[in-house]
Amino acid sequence: MNIDYTIEAPVVEGRLTLGDIERLVAAPMESKPDKKFYIALSISGTFLLIGAVLLAMSFYKGVGLWGNNQPVGWGFPIVNFVFWVGIGHAGTLISAILFLLRQKWRTGIARFAEAMTIFAVMCAGVFPIIHTGRPWLAGYLMPYPNQHGLWVNFTSPLVWDVFAVSTYFTVSLVFWYIGLIPDFAVMRDRTTAKIRKTIYSIFSLGWRNSHRNWQHYEKAYMLLAGFATPLVLSVHTIVSFDFAVSIVPGWHTTIFPPYFVAGAIFSGFAMVVTVLIFVRKIFDLEKIITLNHLEKMTKVILATGLMVGYAYGMEFFIAWYSGVQVEQFVFINRAFGPYAWAYWIMVSCNVIIPQLFWIKKIRRSIPAMLVIVILVNVGMWFERFVITVTSLHRDFLPSSWGYYTPTIYDIGILLGSFGLFFTLVILFTKALPVVSISEIKAVAEGAQPNHGGAH
Amino acid sequence: MKEKKVYGLTALFDTPDRIIDAVKKISSDGYKKFDVHTPYPLHGMDGAMKLKPSKLGYITLVFGLSGALFALLFMFWAMSIDYPMVIGGKPFFALPAFIPITFELTVLLATLSTVIGMLTFFFSFPSNNHPLIGSDYMRSVSADKFGISIEAEDEKFDDIQIRALFSKLGTIQIEEIYYPDTETFPMFQKKFILFLLVIAILTGGTTYFVLNKLLFMQPFNWMMTQDKLIPQERSEFFSDGFGMRVPVDGTVARGFLPYEFKGEVNPASFLSNPILLTKKSILFGQQKFLTFCSPCHGNFGDGDSRLRGQFPNPPTLHSNRVKEMPDGQIFHIINNGQNIMPSYSSQTTVEERWAIVNYIRVLQRAKNATQSDLEEIKKESAANGK
Ligand code: HEC
Repeated sequence: MNIDYTIEAPVVEGRLTLGDIERLVAAPMESKPDKKFYIALSISGTFLLIGAVLLAMSFYKGVGLWGNNQPVGWGFPIVNFVFWVGIGHAGTLISAILFLLRQKWRTGIARFAEAMTIFAVMCAGVFPIIHTGRPWLAGYLMPYPNQHGLWVNFTSPLVWDVFAVSTYFTVSLVFWYIGLIPDFAVMRDRTTAKIRKTIYSIFSLGWRNSHRNWQHYEKAYMLLAGFATPLVLSVHTIVSFDFAVSIVPGWHTTIFPPYFVAGAIFSGFAMVVTVLIFVRKIFDLEKIITLNHLEKMTKVILATGLMVGYAYGMEFFIAWYSGVQVEQFVFINRAFGPYAWAYWIMVSCNVIIPQLFWIKKIRRSIPAMLVIVILVNVGMWFERFVITVTSLHRDFLPSSWGYYTPTIYDIGILLGSFGLFFTLVILFTKALPVVSISEIKAVAEGAQPNHGGAH
Repeated sequence: MKEKKVYGLTALFDTPDRIIDAVKKISSDGYKKFDVHTPYPLHGMDGAMKLKPSKLGYITLVFGLSGALFALLFMFWAMSIDYPMVIGGKPFFALPAFIPITFELTVLLATLSTVIGMLTFFFSFPSNNHPLIGSDYMRSVSADKFGISIEAEDEKFDDIQIRALFSKLGTIQIEEIYYPDTETFPMFQKKFILFLLVIAILTGGTTYFVLNKLLFMQPFNWMMTQDKLIPQERSEFFSDGFGMRVPVDGTVARGFLPYEFKGEVNPASFLSNPILLTKKSILFGQQKFLTFCSPCHGNFGDGDSRLRGQFPNPPTLHSNRVKEMPDGQIFHIINNGQNIMPSYSSQTTVEERWAIVNYIRVLQRAKNATQSDLEEIKKESAANGK
């Protein structure tokens, strides 16, 4: 890409030649899947199946099987929706925002993170649709001319959500595909197997590595990154509007949009690190997805974790400072009420434990990192749980207070969404290059003319 | 075999520096139809090839702006013109609340148009039958070599000269590229037509099945058949089988005044018309008569029912019997009903009933107008200038 990177640690370690890089990245696609692959796939597939069966039962019997009821009507489906959309945000951040910030190290992880974005948004999209209990009527969410002469309510945050999430999914997919085109061409020219060559040819669209194309391509990439950046910020902002635009105490706050976006990046990076730790090990990509990359990501996690911690504190401050009685009650109830356990899991996983990343040794130790990022994932799931459930279970009317407990169906469907996510990730690692071949070649040592234009 | 048509000449180079130098030479030599192929974009290549900056951004701009405009105008039309509705106390054109969707549509249209515009308009993709694709040259440049191709269509194309130039620039390999043989597929092949037919039957059948059958099966019919009772439906739950429940005995509706002469035959002596015969009250009575009485009694009270025999025709209201009835008795008939004529007490108020009575009187007088009545009317219309 036409960018002047500042001098720093080499992105690719071990002085790999262009051919080596290509071989390394293409290896998983060119070898037969081994036992480990099938074991991993069957585990994630099992979870997926559990989720699918419980979901089918929920459709048949009705959503009464879930824990959602008055006063907590939002329960698990919305918690999971916000959680998965948040996970998706890291991918766009890495591929678009770090691209605009000219962070060369992103090349090693961008493709993977983008794929995770797409899969996470797929998982997220499932929940609001099933939450209605009648997913086959989801088409009503789109404005279309109908006999009733009615339109959707364009001033409702829930409709903004439909637009935001579907735009986000489409743009991410297109962005991802654009990045994949040159790699499809590489794979087309590498393979000799007839069927695979045909498939790669179709998807490469006849890409010829022509510089006349590269020129527009780089421009398009730049433009897309420029659009994806505000888009990703808008998506979680709008998700936060689902809460903030209502008058429920604990939701009706102006801090929600930035707080949600920071939380999204926080959880997304944690998920990317979790998965990359395994992928780089299993597919021998340690030289391309280096420890330096992981360390940089832990720094982002630390920074966003602090922002999230700040938001937690600020919510309490504003509740006190505003002088609104219910608001104050809700926050005290969060920390010391019936859901205090969830609140303190959230605080310790999201604010306290990530502080360990101040220590360089921990930032560079894979096992320690793995434990922490998994805890961050847990913590961020609980954050959404705390926000959704604690505000609803005790709002203005004490006569309708209640305690929400998820049922086995709720938990099974959540596991199912993890199954869906990991199944897609596992299939992706075998089917497509997990690292952008052309981008990583461009940042390898000696890949660019050293006298450039100044000749 | 046919003579193959030459597409052009290609040369491979093995370092980025070499290719940049070579490209500079070739573009300054005045070649126009040449291209450079590299596994990734090289810094400084735009300058070396003397390319103008990409114009892709214009597509993005135009479509992005039209996305924004379309979203805003559409929401304005839908929410303030087509189906105006006050929501949350916001004005019909609630600009702040329209911004999220406007933004999303801007981004969506801008990105999609950029990508589609680039792939089709700028690259003319898909182009899988391009002569370069499938050549050894393409395999090398998509792996780790850097190549230049000069098309035979270039004005300055000269095989020998270019070969010499390439080797002077330090190429590692020169390859001549030919156009692929063009394959032709006749349109009216038996197989192809059969294929079209099968596709047509399949899509037609599926569409029919989905729209006419599937959507009426479980679970798609759940919206229609719900476990609730629709008015007039039979209930399995109540022992009397009625879905609609009757109020408990002795329930009194708000504003209800008991009618003390219910069931009596002629209480007329107690009832006297409290309403003055004004034009206003007559017109009011006409409206109510047309609404409640005319279906059976006819528009003029002749007993010419519009019910086509679904209900026995009532007698005319111009009989001597009715003419001689005191106002109170007609009032009583409306209130109480008479034989098979049902009571109209729940549909009409006390004033409306008296207004109807007055209107019946008007009808009766009009039907049996005397000479003096006609003269009166003539005078009146003369005064009105008719
Ligand atoms: C459903 C049809 C129907 C409607 C509507 C109806 N009537 Fe009648 N009406 C009848 C029938 C049938 C009779 C004859 C009853 C009988 O056999 O004594 C009757 C009888 C009468 C009589 C007595 C006539 C007589 O010779 O004994 C009067 C007065 C009368 N209706 C007035 C009204 C007025 C005023 C209304 C409007 C509020 C009205 N009716 C609406 C069907 C109707």
